[in-house]
Amino acid sequence: MSCQCQGKTGEKESKCEIIDRVVDKYQGQEGSMIPVLHEVQQAIGYLPEDVQAYVAEKMGVPLSEVYGVVSFYALFTTEPIGKYKISICLGTACYVKGSGRILEEFEKKLGIKVGETTEDGLFTLEACRCLGACGLAPVLVVNENVHGRLKITDVPEIIEKYRAMSREEAS
Amino acid sequence: MEFYRSHVLVCTGTGCASSGAPQIIEQLKKELKDKGLEKEIKIVETGCFGFCETGPIMVVYPEGTFYCRVKPDDVKEIVEEHFIKGRVVKRILYSGNTDEVKVQEFEDIDFFKYQERIALTNSGQINPEDIEEYIGNDGYFALGKVLHEMTPLEVIEEVKNAGLRGRGGAGFPTGLKWQFAYNSQGDQKYVVCNADEGDPGAFMDRSVLEGDPHSVLEAMAIAGYAIGANQGYVYCRAEYPIAIERLNIAIKQARERGLLGKNIFGKGFDFDIEIRLGAGAFVCGEETALLASIEGKRGEPRPRPPFPAVEGLWKKPTIINNVETLANVRHIILKGAEWFASIGTENSKGTKVFALAGKINNTGLIEVPMGTTLRTIIYGIGGGIPDGKAFKAAQLGGPSGACIPAEHLDLELDYDKLKSIGAMMGSGGMIILDEDNCMVDVARFFLEFTQDESCGKCPPCRIGTKRMLEILTKITEGRGEPEDIENLETLASTIQNTALCALGQTAPNPVLSTLRYFRDEYEAHINEKRCPAGVCKSLLSFVIDADKCRGCGLCARHCPADAISGKVKEPFVIDQDKCTKCGTCMEKCKFGAISKK
Ligand SMILES: Cc1cc2nc3c(=O)[nH]c(=O)nc-3n(C[C@H](O)[C@H](O)[C@H](O)COP(=O)(O)O)c2cc1C
Ligand code: FES
Repeated sequence: MSCQCQGKTGEKESKCEIIDRVVDKYQGQEGSMIPVLHEVQQAIGYLPEDVQAYVAEKMGVPLSEVYGVVSFYALFTTEPIGKYKISICLGTACYVKGSGRILEEFEKKLGIKVGETTEDGLFTLEACRCLGACGLAPVLVVNENVHGRLKITDVPEIIEKYRAMSREEAS
Repeated sequence: MEFYRSHVLVCTGTGCASSGAPQIIEQLKKELKDKGLEKEIKIVETGCFGFCETGPIMVVYPEGTFYCRVKPDDVKEIVEEHFIKGRVVKRILYSGNTDEVKVQEFEDIDFFKYQERIALTNSGQINPEDIEEYIGNDGYFALGKVLHEMTPLEVIEEVKNAGLRGRGGAGFPTGLKWQFAYNSQGDQKYVVCNADEGDPGAFMDRSVLEGDPHSVLEAMAIAGYAIGANQGYVYCRAEYPIAIERLNIAIKQARERGLLGKNIFGKGFDFDIEIRLGAGAFVCGEETALLASIEGKRGEPRPRPPFPAVEGLWKKPTIINNVETLANVRHIILKGAEWFASIGTENSKGTKVFALAGKINNTGLIEVPMGTTLRTIIYGIGGGIPDGKAFKAAQLGGPSGACIPAEHLDLELDYDKLKSIGAMMGSGGMIILDEDNCMVDVARFFLEFTQDESCGKCPPCRIGTKRMLEILTKITEGRGEPEDIENLETLASTIQNTALCALGQTAPNPVLSTLRYFRDEYEAHINEKRCPAGVCKSLLSFVIDADKCRGCGLCARHCPADAISGKVKEPFVIDQDKCTKCGTCMEKCKFGAISKK
């Protein structure tokens, strides 16, 4: 099978080119499946079936092995995710300080359930287990920015902050 | 070398970074430049001080002045008052939990007073991105010492005599583990550092990696020399971007100076280290699952024996050690086994780092000698429970651990004493619970966690924890039946005895310990359909006290479910069928007229 991803013209680098580049980089390194998938996901955003199939072909392993790994690890996703991924910590320290209610508030304010993405593709809501910032519980992270000592009333502010950031980038 | 009259240490660990440290540093650079002080005062971006509660933290040396909760607006004042006029800015000194005494120097603060820092020696004291500062604090001296003066067996003997035990959870003697790997025949051996830190509520490994990455690299090289390995891997969870970045920088700098790579110290010893990232699976902290993950496979554990020291990564002899375990090694080599063994208790030597979080005034990372009591930690260092609430339990050891009740506050924490009360040290995450936490809900929370993270390979864990979770959920939802407690106990012992790896074997611990110490709470849920702590929503109802209600209507306006009605200036009522028990009304009421039952 050759590349099926039909990279759109005008894209800087088609999906296949990305996969070619990443797999070649790890050529000959033992146990490189997970680093390859991390990098491909970072570049493409998620790991749909066609991407997994091409990674499998490039690496010379069965698709089932790639799928087995992708489905095992929580950080790999087969669905596209929003521009801002909001992960709310439901680790113990955060949970006992009420992070469950913060999550509910986000669900309410964004109109989506945990694991879903808003229609405009801006936000994906996720729950995670301990970001190692328990001293600031309750905590959440948006992409790589940690927000701590949260109160329910911070929820709209955080959403608005990233909306504004996105608008600014667009203009 | 340049000479500075003052050093300003600013914490850039995860905690302080998220509460605004980067903006402070930016502001500080600008102010120092404006005042022409860049050549006199040096900014040092450090790792975690441990006192995350008071972040962002700034310490000024030589005085040791400890500023806390610094805001970018404070920086100008610090520069003008402290650096130019030599007057401490009292307003942002640490004030403890009272407002009166302001403590100036950080050695005087209770939080630091009871601590003894070995693994955390450098955290918060040096710039982790500059190898010179590490070397300046005796860094890589221990590696030099073992390569020049000690045989591999002498190194192993030293670590054994020190009595160092694994800090990753199981407490296995480190020297013995090294000995096994040394004894295993093999052309290739590996040293793996377990930096997966999956236990929610524990963040010491993160802090060590962020604050002192070289101490881990140096220890890995020492371990490599001891067992005869020339390749190391750090398996770090992907959720720790700052730790990964600093590790990468540290590895690069060590290679540039010939402290990693070929022919280290000209002694013919080769050792190099690579980083491998996790991908969000708790079970990958288990050593055999971790090895599978490094090999690029699904992170499923396998039965032991063979132990990794015999057959590990790519079937070669491998030792796996936790970050904190490794961070102790160089100190043992430099100061000797006898010194290390003089700290701690009979069978637990040295110190332990605990991550204090939850319902406690001073959250953060602390390092205390083994054998320190829970009371000292909670009331001495932790400053007690906020808002005058009562202490209920300390959860130690994460999802494999237990809840320790008030009756054991004077227990000296070490591996054996904890075991004797049905608890365990675990990785050292300590979450304090107060009267407002429901112990059945906490047990349910942990079962949900293990059930979620069970890899599914063995049925006792996959199905058994699911059944336990179902029973606990039923109890918290008010559908509990008297035989549930017995069923939980039977399931727990079956899972403990039959699960493949320690994830399953220890999964029942949170249930067993809460049943042991807080059985009355289970009984209240089951027999009286009542949640004594007022947490389990299905068992709660919010009511308005007609005598206290002034009829202002604030609650009704804020109720998201439109469940409250009434006439202004007359008592309002809550429609229990509509109420979603969110608690908003209770928070909003200015007259304390709403309570939950
Ligand atoms: C489910 C499970 C998760 C674990 N997670 C970790 C972890 O995150 N970090 C760690 O160092 N050890 C973890 N361990 C313990 C390791 O299996 C192993 O005992 C440890 O890394 C050995 O290092 P040490 O002897 O230095 O403690 C875990 C064990 C189990 C069963
Ligand atoms: S429990 Fe939330 S950051 Fe650790």
